[in-house]
Amino acid sequence: MNDSGIGRRATIALLASAASGPLAWASYAWADETPDPWPSLAEQIFGDRTIGDGAAVLTIDAPYRAEDAAVVPVTLRWTLPDEDRRKVRAVTLVIDANPSPLAARFAIGEGSGVDRIATRVRVDDYTNFHAVVELSDGALLASARYVKAAGGCSAPALKVSGDTIAPGTIRMREFAADAATARPGWREAQVMIRHPNYSGMQMDQVTRLYVPAHFIKSLRVQQDDALVFAVEAGISIAENPLFRFMYRPNGAKEFRVEAEDSDGGSFRAAVPISPSAG
Amino acid sequence: MHFGEIAMTTPANAGDIANLGVVVGRDAVAVIDTGGSVAVGEALLRAVRRITAKPIRYVINTHEHPDHVFGNAAFIDTGAIFVGHRDLPGALAARGDHYLRSYRDALGATAITRVRIVPPTLLVDNETRLDLGDRPLRLIAWTQAHSSCDLTVLDERTGTLFAGDLLFVRHVPVIDGSLKGWLSLLPRLAALPASRAVPGHGLRVAPWPGALADETRYLRAIEADTRSALAAAVPLEAAVARIGGAERTLWDLFDEYTPRNATTAYSELEWD
Repeated sequence: MNDSGIGRRATIALLASAASGPLAWASYAWADETPDPWPSLAEQIFGDRTIGDGAAVLTIDAPYRAEDAAVVPVTLRWTLPDEDRRKVRAVTLVIDANPSPLAARFAIGEGSGVDRIATRVRVDDYTNFHAVVELSDGALLASARYVKAAGGCSAPALKVSGDTIAPGTIRMREFAADAATARPGWREAQVMIRHPNYSGMQMDQVTRLYVPAHFIKSLRVQQDDALVFAVEAGISIAENPLFRFMYRPNGAKEFRVEAEDSDGGSFRAAVPISPSAG
Repeated sequence: MHFGEIAMTTPANAGDIANLGVVVGRDAVAVIDTGGSVAVGEALLRAVRRITAKPIRYVINTHEHPDHVFGNAAFIDTGAIFVGHRDLPGALAARGDHYLRSYRDALGATAITRVRIVPPTLLVDNETRLDLGDRPLRLIAWTQAHSSCDLTVLDERTGTLFAGDLLFVRHVPVIDGSLKGWLSLLPRLAALPASRAVPGHGLRVAPWPGALADETRYLRAIEADTRSALAAAVPLEAAVARIGGAERTLWDLFDEYTPRNATTAYSELEWD
């Protein structure tokens, strides 16, 4: 069994010819000789919905040339102008050239204030990243960024044998606001879960067989009962998945985190939220 | 011994970027690492044959990186036994394909097709001794440090430690295993009864344990800067540019390796 989760359909779709899809924009230049995978991926993931240009709304921060293809930091940030009353419902990250291109889909909690999420991804070949926000009126807007890295999905796992921290361990971290960047009403926090997130493309260092894919499929963060965000993810997320995010605290007492992996493993934690600074 | 260049692998240097050792006993010879291409391995074999006709009994690989093992194929027909850390076969199996593909451009298409991944058949679990005839070699397998399978060779008669990539001189240290693991083994490594050491990279045989001072300082700087960044909530992408900065002018190839060292250290230490 080698199910790479939500990416399989998208991967198979790469074989289909690129449709004259309803892409209302093409603000990137595809200079490669190989066909641009994005139109076909976009159709596979979003059907025949129009995807508009999100450059003014949605930013992808990622290194042009990654230091480590198995641990590539990426930050998604979005903002709508004040007069735009729509809300962001979801943000999807696609790594076009990855074997499992649909890297993550973040559902944003109503009123959570989340407008920035950072994580680390595996990048298998030089590629465009695409991020797509889904707004409350159903509109889709996308941005792109080119990243140079290779081999991230088949890079061997960092640990040789026996992790000293139990897989499934969940940690939350809160960050004190930096005076220079503080946003009244917002805080920054980070959720981490210890997990090998095997891609199914890494060889086991002892048995010489491919380690079956075993990865975090979903992770949900709440402040008490209110959803902050929930992510559906696949093998493009790096080992020991980590999500760092900006959100609006609502006075809740604790973070509640639930996660599931592809083998049916289920993990949860409740972590007290420190009282807001003055 | 043979000193490799301090450089990244290119077709011009044919991967001759790591230091290689030869120990000649009364009865037999041991070779320690074989270089970054079959051409370098062949040149090493010719050099051995110029100094002795004794059989090459052992080819010892200090760890799995291409610049130390890509020359192995040159020694297959000598009948030598390949020796390495207990985890070396697995590491070569896991990374072999990846290295052959990713070193294609660095070495050149012709040179890369000659490379064979040759794993050790004699595995060192903890410690073992090999004797070349009145020439005992003490082999020690270490826990994760520079790589996942570092092995050192102590030539007991001369007090010479072939340290593999547990010792870097002038060439910036490369962390591909565990920063904490490397720092934690340094005292035991320093206490080995050697008076001089052959680094995995660096153009001279160095006094022991004094040779460890610079490397220890670098590794501690990486650790300290990483912990500072974590404490100050600096995210990975911003931290990587700054970690180790004070060491920049003190090492060759600093910029080629330190940001990646920083990524490895940050990913490791953020769980502490």
